Amino acid sequence: MDNESTYSGYSYKSSHSRTSRKNRERRDRHRLKNRDGSIRGDKSVMIQAPGEPLLDPESTIPDDRDDNWGETTTVVTGTSVDSISNEDLTRISKDLEDSLPPDCRRYISPVLGAILGLISAITPLAFLALPQLLWRDTLDHCGTPCEGLYISLAFKLLILLMSTWALFLRPSRATLPRFFVFRCLLLALVFLFVASYWLFYGVRVLEPRETDYRGIVGYAASLVDALLFIQYLALVLLEVRHLRPAFCLKVIRTADGVSRFYNVGHLSIQRAGVWVLDQYYSDFPVYNPALLNLPKSILTKKMSSFKVYNLEEENTNNSTGQSRAMIAAAARRRDNSHNEYYYEEAEVERRLRKRRARLVVAVEEAFTHIKRHQDDDTPTSSPKHPREVMDPREAAQAIFAPMARAMQKYLRATRQQSYHTMESIINHLQFCITHNMTPKAFLERYLSPGPTLQYLDNNRGRQWTLVSEEAVTASLRQGQVFCLKRLDFALVVKVMPLPFLRLAEEFIDPKSHKFVMKLQSETSV
Amino acid sequence: MSFVPGQPVTAVVQRVEIQKLCQGENLILGFSIGGGIDQDPGQNPFSEDKSDKGIYVTRITPGGPAESAGLKMGDKIMQVNGWDMTMVTHDQARKKLTKKREDVVRLLITRKSLEEAVKHSKGSHPSHLPAQTNARTTKDRVVL
Repeated sequence: MDNESTYSGYSYKSSHSRTSRKNRERRDRHRLKNRDGSIRGDKSVMIQAPGEPLLDPESTIPDDRDDNWGETTTVVTGTSVDSISNEDLTRISKDLEDSLPPDCRRYISPVLGAILGLISAITPLAFLALPQLLWRDTLDHCGTPCEGLYISLAFKLLILLMSTWALFLRPSRATLPRFFVFRCLLLALVFLFVASYWLFYGVRVLEPRETDYRGIVGYAASLVDALLFIQYLALVLLEVRHLRPAFCLKVIRTADGVSRFYNVGHLSIQRAGVWVLDQYYSDFPVYNPALLNLPKSILTKKMSSFKVYNLEEENTNNSTGQSRAMIAAAARRRDNSHNEYYYEEAEVERRLRKRRARLVVAVEEAFTHIKRHQDDDTPTSSPKHPREVMDPREAAQAIFAPMARAMQKYLRATRQQSYHTMESIINHLQFCITHNMTPKAFLERYLSPGPTLQYLDNNRGRQWTLVSEEAVTASLRQGQVFCLKRLDFALVVKVMPLPFLRLAEEFIDPKSHKFVMKLQSETSV
Repeated sequence: MSFVPGQPVTAVVQRVEIQKLCQGENLILGFSIGGGIDQDPGQNPFSEDKSDKGIYVTRITPGGPAESAGLKMGDKIMQVNGWDMTMVTHDQARKKLTKKREDVVRLLITRKSLEEAVKHSKGSHPSHLPAQTNARTTKDRVVL
């Protein structure tokens, strides 16, 4: 009974910290999920009565509770399945955060903008309509000039609406940590503007019941003009200013050193961060933690010569003396590990090439088993050998079998097996067959690691942290460095200015291209 | 051997007469020429002045008529049968030497050692003539 409950859960987790366990668990779960589409990890990690602290001795969970529960484990297996432990709560909330969060902060800015936009679009119409509704009888009749103004007003409003739709009504793809300065500035400007126009209108038109209708229409038209100009300002500030390149950003991934250079214009640090991340997902090859370290066989050889016994009660002098001695001795000893690394790498490379060759041959052969069915083939072939006609999915499954083993071995050799499940391979095969691709086109996905975007499932948002020594709304300057952190690696971005170019001119007359022979021939006579 | 444009060229020359040898249907002289006003004078290994665009003898076939006539490698050819060779293209020089109707060519050639020998002989003995080979050779001062 005791054994059962101790090992039925993840009791090994007790010795590790909570956050790393959470991450590992999530990664494991993700991996398992990828493999066979079912979440196997969740079943045993439940339960505690909701709302109660974990160490409550009076909880009513029945029998198979572990006796040394309080000391070693913080998760208990029980029979009740609809109550959750604290850890599960945080895990679930993190999941919610990753998928589309119903977070208030995210929607404040678009909602504000939408309200302001609506108000400013309705305002000119209100300016026109209110006098007509309220004091129609006393208004001056205005004929042709007003109609001209009506037409221009209508078209300008139409253009305003269309360009607002084109520029601003797009779903935002990132949430920034601080306010987006230009956008706030523009919203404030629009608000001030419309407010002051309403104020003026209220005091000078509504109060004294102004009768000059043509003046009112002119006033509304001027409002629309001003709104168009504000939109021009918004276009320049938000969309155009950062297009001219001014800085070169060097982006390095800390985990494996992959780096890229990008040219950007004048942006604030947070906008530059978002831009870099956009490029990251389609330029950088996917981060494969399995490819990083030197094989243990090479590294541990260094350690194994000196056994260090670290006793608790020795004083500090002794320990530093011993470590210094160890370092000195290790430096003096002739280090052959580079040799082993070299040979091991050559061996791995050779094995990889062999497996790759096997894979390519297997795939080519598999593709020869299948042919697109033409409709005019049927009269000739049906009397003798009725061939069964398959849809792409069945065809993919049929030819997957001969290449499965070679594919699996190759993926294992390149440590990509966690990114490609059997299901995903068959899907890709089906896709390739449908679009008449050659075996080489099918293999391009597996022979080289693609950009990270290829391996993402799109319904989860990505959480990144921007680490910077200056305020993130400050604009880019030469020599700045900021980091974009994720859980297991970070992107370090360094800003370098683009050089000032002095372009000089030189004119070459096309007639000046003349040549002489430079040879010394020798003739026998 | 170099010349100043506009001034007459002075050189110590030797007359060499070569009988053409009949080889198959060609008449050959047994040497190779290089140089010419259309060639690159800097690559001439035999000229003293690297802007000299004259015709030089670059190779002598051993045992050929040119060798037996006393032609040496590095000689500059000044005249061929009366035709001037100091200001001709390479192809013109070849044509003057390989005329099918003539079976003997009379060359005026100059070389550095001739100058030295004249100076030497002037210094030691005013009218001393060097030893002759079996071809007729005379030393003349030629003003072109």
